Amino acid sequence: MNTRQQSKLIYSWYGKPMSSDRKLRISQYKGILITSESSRTETCIQLGDFILVEGVNADQPYVAQLVDLYEDGAQHKRAVVQWFCRLEEIPQNKRKLLKREVSAQEVFFDQVLGYDTDIAAETIIKSIMVLPLHLGEELPVITFNKEQTFYVKQSWDGKCFKVLSLDTFSKLKEANKKRSVITNSSKAFTPSDILTPVKKETESVVRSATKPKNVDMEIESKHSVSKSSLAKERHSQRVANNDFRTPTARKKLELNSPTRSKGRLLGCEVLGLLDDDCDAIAPLEPSATKRKVKFTSEILGSPPKIPCSNDKSKSASETAEQCQRFSDTLRLSPYTKVKDFSEKDKNLRGKDDNLSLVGYPKQSSQSPVLTPRSRRTCAQKTSALIAEQISLLKSHGKLAAEEDLLSGSDSSYSSSSEEEDDDDDDVPCTPEKKTKSSRIFSTPKSSRKPAVHTPAKTLKKTPLPGTPRTPRNATPEIPRRVQAAQEPASVLEEARLRLHVSAIPESLPCREEEFQDIYNFVESKLIDGTGGCMYISGVPGTGKTATVHEVIRCLQQAAEDDELPPFQFVEINGMKLTDPHQAYVQILEFLTGQKVTATHAAALLAKLFSTPGPKRKTTVLIVDELDLLWTRKQNVMYNLFDWPTQKHSKLIILAIANTMDLPERIMMSRVASRLGLTRMSFQPYTYKQLQQIISSRLKGVKAFEEDAVQLVSRKVAALSGDARRCLDICRRATEICEFARQKRTPEIVRMAHVTEAIDEMFSSPYVNAIRNASLHEQIFLKAILAEFRRAGVEEATVQQVYHHHVALCRMEGLQSPTVSDIMAICSRLGACRLLLVESSSKYLHMRVRLNLSQDDVMYALREE
Amino acid sequence: QHRHLLELLKRTTVYGESNSALIIGPRGSGKTALLNHVLKDLREMKQVTENLLEFFMKNPFLSGLLQTNDKVALKEITRQLQLENVVGDKVFGSFAENLAFLLEALRRGNRTSSCPILFVLDEFDLFVHHKNQTLLYNLFDISQSAQTPVTVIGLTCRQDILELLEKRVKSRFSHRQIYVMNSFDFKQYINIFKKQLSLPAEFPDESFAQKWNNNVQHLSEDKTVQDVLQNLFHHTKDLRSLHLLLMLAVSAVTVHHPLLTAADLQEASRQHRTDSKANIVHGLSVLEICLIIAMKHLNDVYDGEPFNFQMVYNEFQKFIQRKAHSMYNFEKPVVMKAFEHLLQLELVKPLERPSVRAQREYLLMKLLLDSSQIMDALQVYPNCPTDVKQWAASSLSWL
Repeated sequence: MNTRQQSKLIYSWYGKPMSSDRKLRISQYKGILITSESSRTETCIQLGDFILVEGVNADQPYVAQLVDLYEDGAQHKRAVVQWFCRLEEIPQNKRKLLKREVSAQEVFFDQVLGYDTDIAAETIIKSIMVLPLHLGEELPVITFNKEQTFYVKQSWDGKCFKVLSLDTFSKLKEANKKRSVITNSSKAFTPSDILTPVKKETESVVRSATKPKNVDMEIESKHSVSKSSLAKERHSQRVANNDFRTPTARKKLELNSPTRSKGRLLGCEVLGLLDDDCDAIAPLEPSATKRKVKFTSEILGSPPKIPCSNDKSKSASETAEQCQRFSDTLRLSPYTKVKDFSEKDKNLRGKDDNLSLVGYPKQSSQSPVLTPRSRRTCAQKTSALIAEQISLLKSHGKLAAEEDLLSGSDSSYSSSSEEEDDDDDDVPCTPEKKTKSSRIFSTPKSSRKPAVHTPAKTLKKTPLPGTPRTPRNATPEIPRRVQAAQEPASVLEEARLRLHVSAIPESLPCREEEFQDIYNFVESKLIDGTGGCMYISGVPGTGKTATVHEVIRCLQQAAEDDELPPFQFVEINGMKLTDPHQAYVQILEFLTGQKVTATHAAALLAKLFSTPGPKRKTTVLIVDELDLLWTRKQNVMYNLFDWPTQKHSKLIILAIANTMDLPERIMMSRVASRLGLTRMSFQPYTYKQLQQIISSRLKGVKAFEEDAVQLVSRKVAALSGDARRCLDICRRATEICEFARQKRTPEIVRMAHVTEAIDEMFSSPYVNAIRNASLHEQIFLKAILAEFRRAGVEEATVQQVYHHHVALCRMEGLQSPTVSDIMAICSRLGACRLLLVESSSKYLHMRVRLNLSQDDVMYALREE
Repeated sequence: QHRHLLELLKRTTVYGESNSALIIGPRGSGKTALLNHVLKDLREMKQVTENLLEFFMKNPFLSGLLQTNDKVALKEITRQLQLENVVGDKVFGSFAENLAFLLEALRRGNRTSSCPILFVLDEFDLFVHHKNQTLLYNLFDISQSAQTPVTVIGLTCRQDILELLEKRVKSRFSHRQIYVMNSFDFKQYINIFKKQLSLPAEFPDESFAQKWNNNVQHLSEDKTVQDVLQNLFHHTKDLRSLHLLLMLAVSAVTVHHPLLTAADLQEASRQHRTDSKANIVHGLSVLEICLIIAMKHLNDVYDGEPFNFQMVYNEFQKFIQRKAHSMYNFEKPVVMKAFEHLLQLELVKPLERPSVRAQREYLLMKLLLDSSQIMDALQVYPNCPTDVKQWAASSLSWL
């Protein structure tokens, strides 16, 4: 609860090293103590506890289970963990494998290989709870402590979701039990039933209550685990026995060392223990009633409704009858359950019988409601009505727990709960978690503690429906077209479709080498788990982006086939950003799905990449149009290229830009040096390559003459080597061919068509424009030429040109235009950019200049 | 051209192919008309053949003059695409979000399922000046990739538009340029003139329409009218100027003067072609005319070098001293006032902004009139003193 306030946390070992390896200078511990300086509280986390580990961003810590704690040679506190992953950490495309809604509180048992399970102990934030559930079960309704409780239903191994294996399931459960017992023993009162939310509430009450306690008390309680008394031991044995008796048998309450073997005690001993329990009831009840008023008011806020623990059933009148029925069935249930349960319990069955016969009545006398009810509901697959009752009763159960708690059960108050997990035929509608009741109450021996100081926090009443998740923002979509797009009908149309730049070819011809280089680069970095940069340059249309995407596609394929560790792929395009700093926002959104401001995103990303994230996958970041990320201080680029050099970043950057010398030209030296020297430049395509590209696209479609293709590719290669241009020309040629076909019927694109297309695309528009200009416009151009020739300067004012113009008009015998006409002509030519003109406010003194060479003008004018 | 564009758009709509094209042509050459015509044809085609295209219901018509930057343009696109309903009350915090949103929207579609979109960018050259050409890059990029089929059509009058495109944008543009030129000759021009003036067949008063059309036919064969038209044709092939001229002429038609005459056209042409500055000179006082003549002489003497008020005043004084009898000798402040009036009429323009320190008399000025304009204006100036006329004509005024 005191999660991570701004206070400093001190991590220290709890207890002595359990074992130490001299050679490796590793000593293992069983717990770690987190002390918060400001709030003066200590939290003890032990092995097997579930913890939150600092994650990518502050509000999404990782969930894990502590497996091992040790101190390595360099005095670093380390922890070995078993990860759980949240839904958010699972790739988007895999989520749909799940085929169900997943609540925010659900985690997955993580079996992905490759995550670093060895983390620094300092990254542990606090302990939480992770509860195993069965697949069909619904999450119990949680009203309290939401951020501290998680549920695990399935495991995730990077490819698919699996149901938890029985083994893991029981281990998880065990861990929960253990943890609760530990807390019991140390903190003196926590009801260990953490399965039902209500109970959990109680626990949290307890825990919150514990916080302000004195340090010495905590220490005392800590030691109480190891210094458990004989009675406690016996209790634990008994607890173990009880567990054997219970149908699930996996639920075991263990203190530090009790094992299953301990449960194999002689029956008489067990019976003796149970006798103890009988005794225990006596002191319990008075105390319970004594405290009743206080607690009911605190917890439910409606005291009159809650009777004393023993006659709880009366409160809900109809449940009373059910109770009776349940107690009937009770006696039978253990038998059957045990029967269909594991073989290892067989040798104990005789004992179990005894136990159950003796134990159950007792239980039902103690907490008559809960046990039968849970059994009953499970068996009956109850309706909603009963579910309602359950919730009501749960609160009673909770009350009972509270009372028990008050009765001062110090250590081994082991109310246990369980799920009816073996019943696979559970209907989802039944509340999955059944309180198995607090079966055994505390021994009278244990010292009482005035436990609960501040239960006020628990006032939140039970089953509220989880707040409905707000629907995701509807993504915008262009409306569907009503009718399907036509499929290409003729060969030419087919060809045109294939020649479209957007058509994705199966392979990228002529870029095999570059592809291989980039692939190797990224692959090696992926395997090493390191970071790096690569700079890719080349003129537009040489397939840079296409190649990189192809590489990523192959890598993703490989990752799916398990040949490579999985990685995240993020792409940003400088042109698609409105501002260089938006790059941060986009990257962060890709990585974590958050939307924050640019500065905040930068801070988060810096934290993300600079801190060791054990679970983080390698990120492959493609920065397209890098030069647009240029800012004056170049901090965007600096950061981008700085992150891969960080030790833990696991970031691979592929930067794409047009100019080969971009690093030298616009980057500061510190940025350029971080970019490194891994460069690759895409040469413009040669005509042969272009030819190959076209023919590979046209494979199987006989639409082009061989020579025509060659002509196009030669022409384009001579100009720019831009594959896009090449494809566009070909496409245009097919269109021209199609026009022509209406008269004749050549189904193939010939030289003539291609030539026409090329002419169309490369012809200079100026000459044509001049020829189509009006007479006076042409005369004006002539006048300009004359003026240029006279002055010897390629610039003239309108006034000067005007004089020439008038003279020319006189020569031609035309009516000479007025100055206003001339100005109009001048501005028209200026609009077409045949002339470059100044702003028109200068009127006659406006300077004009030709936007094309004088020769072109002469050529265009002479033709007439 | 028409067929080309029609084919292009048809392919976009029918096959879901993405394209981009530019329509280039001088002002008044009918770029927009061409496009509208094609669109009309396409719509008809749909109706007639029940074509299988669900057709650009959207027709974002973006004008570079209205969408002064990418941000506004994006908003406009969103509006025209009717995406606000999706957006709902979600407020776009930033331009960036908006862009991302739109790109996302366009990315979702693919060739076969999405409704094709036609982007028409009017005054394309102004979009080019947007920062980084982000909008153009993105539009062209979409048209070059397998996303929602779009056709981007730019309308511009600039012949050098391609050089303005950034290299990356240029590479993504498909280099389809459709040039629209006024390539008709004078005969076609006359035909256009006739067509423009003729009354349509569905005109209610048939007899009048008949008469009117005959008259138009006559007019088109009339020599003076042909001269007028020829003159205009020589000046500009822009059909809008023809419309303007005809408008002027037709506005002379009244009940009593039902038919257009050649004189009307001539009058209109005269109005159409008058020089604006010379008109202004007409309205000046004699003193101001004198000042302008003084400036003209200064221009002649110093070969277009700038002058200041003091120089003009000296020149004027010389004239007064010689011909004192014909003109009243004005005080200097009065002359100054007249000079400032000229300044306000922008017949004279200061070379630099008037500063506090420089005295107004010594600010350097330039005359914005040509000497021929001044002489023309003087010819028609009423009641001009002969002395002044002589002074203006003589080039050796100071002798």
